[in-house]
Amino acid sequence: MSKNFDMFTGTDQYIVSPALKDVVNVSIALGRPLLVKGEPGTGKTLLAHNIARGLGKKLIIWNIKSTTKARDGLYIYDTVQRLNDSRFGGGDVSNIKHYIHLGQLGRSFATEEQVVLLIDEIDKADIEFPNDLLNELDEMSFYVSETKETIAAQTRPIVVITSNSEKELPDAFLRRCVFHYIDFPDAQLMTDIVGVHYPDLEKKLLKEVLTRFYWLREIDNFRKKPSTSELLDWISALIAGGVKPETVAKELPFAGALIKKEQDMDVLAAAVQRSGGGRIGLRSRY
Amino acid sequence: MVFLDLFYTLRQLKVPVSVTEWMALMLAVDKGLAKSSLTTFYYLARAVLIKSETYYDQYDQAFGHVFKNAELPADIRDEILDWLSDPINKLELGEAELQALKHMDLEELRRELEKRLQEQTERHDGGSRWIGTGGTSPFGHGGAHPGGIRIGGSGGGRHAVQIAAERRFRNYRTDVTLDVRQIKVALKRLRRFSREGPEDELALDETIDKTCRNAGEIELVFQRERKNTVKVLLLMDSGGSMTPYSNLVSRLFSAAHQMTHFRDLQGYYFHNCVYQEVYKDIYTSESEPTASLLQNLSPDYKVIVVGDAYMAPSELFSVGGAIDYYYHNERPGIEWLQRIADHFRHCVWLNPMPDRAWFHTTISAIHRLFPMFPLTIDGLEEAVKKLMVRR
Repeated sequence: MSKNFDMFTGTDQYIVSPALKDVVNVSIALGRPLLVKGEPGTGKTLLAHNIARGLGKKLIIWNIKSTTKARDGLYIYDTVQRLNDSRFGGGDVSNIKHYIHLGQLGRSFATEEQVVLLIDEIDKADIEFPNDLLNELDEMSFYVSETKETIAAQTRPIVVITSNSEKELPDAFLRRCVFHYIDFPDAQLMTDIVGVHYPDLEKKLLKEVLTRFYWLREIDNFRKKPSTSELLDWISALIAGGVKPETVAKELPFAGALIKKEQDMDVLAAAVQRSGGGRIGLRSRY
Repeated sequence: MVFLDLFYTLRQLKVPVSVTEWMALMLAVDKGLAKSSLTTFYYLARAVLIKSETYYDQYDQAFGHVFKNAELPADIRDEILDWLSDPINKLELGEAELQALKHMDLEELRRELEKRLQEQTERHDGGSRWIGTGGTSPFGHGGAHPGGIRIGGSGGGRHAVQIAAERRFRNYRTDVTLDVRQIKVALKRLRRFSREGPEDELALDETIDKTCRNAGEIELVFQRERKNTVKVLLLMDSGGSMTPYSNLVSRLFSAAHQMTHFRDLQGYYFHNCVYQEVYKDIYTSESEPTASLLQNLSPDYKVIVVGDAYMAPSELFSVGGAIDYYYHNERPGIEWLQRIADHFRHCVWLNPMPDRAWFHTTISAIHRLFPMFPLTIDGLEEAVKKLMVRR
């Protein structure tokens, strides 16, 4: 058994399902990037933060935008600065290395100790973007043509890639990844998650809140289903408002914290009607 | 080796797993990552082999089948029923086979088949009753019963009804499959860059050149940003005969919508043929006069029409020929199509029907107006090329 296996076990702030924990460790052991997909608000980005925290490693974040080029992550050659320095005499112009600035991917290779690299929302970028990174992620090295140097990773960084499935990723890219789809947490896991954020929450209130929350999630017509972050906001609003568990069972106070779209409010109203006015959401799911 | 079974079962269920991934899994198992626990192995193999949540279901089936010996869902049964209910297959029967089919009519054959599928519990080769390979039973493959139904495999006696059994190389054929990504890659070529907007991008070469000429005194030269100037008008047929292709068309539509590099993309629907109005929304029938489209959109819009061009000749050539009973057109559809083809400099017509079927009156009439291409990867690429040439 490899000795670095089973390193990641979650942190005090991030509850991880056993399956995800295994997958994270598999990706670390195999040295392959971990591709995480899942509904918004299931903690894809937070995963990388907490892998870094849990393992005590530095986190480098590369936020992908629609204009991001694969090359930007490797290095940027600052020609203008060099030109400026050559004119006004600042810095060593003859040494081109001073004007090569490593991007996030480049930095994650260049550091001596292992780091966690988060490539956030890779699907935002151009359709060719993942293909341009294939070799770099495979070999964990790249060539800087200006200095004729190869920058290779001394220790393979732990790469976490998140995607919202806005664009489909190329097969060649997928083949090199370890994939995990973060399922929406079930009530048991959700209780743990809420417990991390609100350790003092009244048990009875939590039970009512979760009953209500999963009832909402079962309504199919929502444009945007409420997710974990909305639930946490809602609980914080309920605590601030001093709402009693009985009230939550009977009506839906601060629904605005859960439902973000106007059309969804109408959907909710219709659902409340259907389930018979005020007494709703007390299905014996648990 | 039981592991290898999993690999082939997955491939059988059309899950894209490659040898690369399989080797990675072997490496992981070798490293002891499965911890000799089947549950851990389940997640391990899933993470390494499966790359989309849409295949999780197939993975579960395959895993259950291989490790718990659970039944695979009776896909083969669906295949047979699909095949039986597809009238096209009936047309491909030879004379002798048609004769032979008279032994049993289709309904009878289907009933008998279902019954035997239920009774039969194991693989069967040869013999004259059970479904399997060889033999003279009307079901199975490699058999010699005239008018029998072939299920997978190759036809031995050449008498069994022909079906394309496994089509293992289907995915390699570039002229059939079109997924959203492939469409996008093809559409990506629809671009023409020109510099426009404010001068805010540093022109490096010119800056260096000017600076040198200035004896080292820095002079910055700015230029306009390069932008794609291609504007696209997408017209889509949503008429009844297009229903079999709706999946394909919606893939094209979503691909075009996800493309952010067009300067402008307009999408409209029409029913069978374009008349005085086109529709912004197919459900609300929110419409836009075709004339105003011609007026408002400059001739440099690249027009992509998607439709089968297959309709009753009156729909294309007659006044009042529109298929919708409550809809009256003062001008025949062909005239509107002519006006579109005249106004816009670059037009193509993408037809989801295979080009060998383009002999119908209306299709050939429209083909004369618009360069027509099949809605396949090759066709789409040709069409994009056509849209980009200067006239």
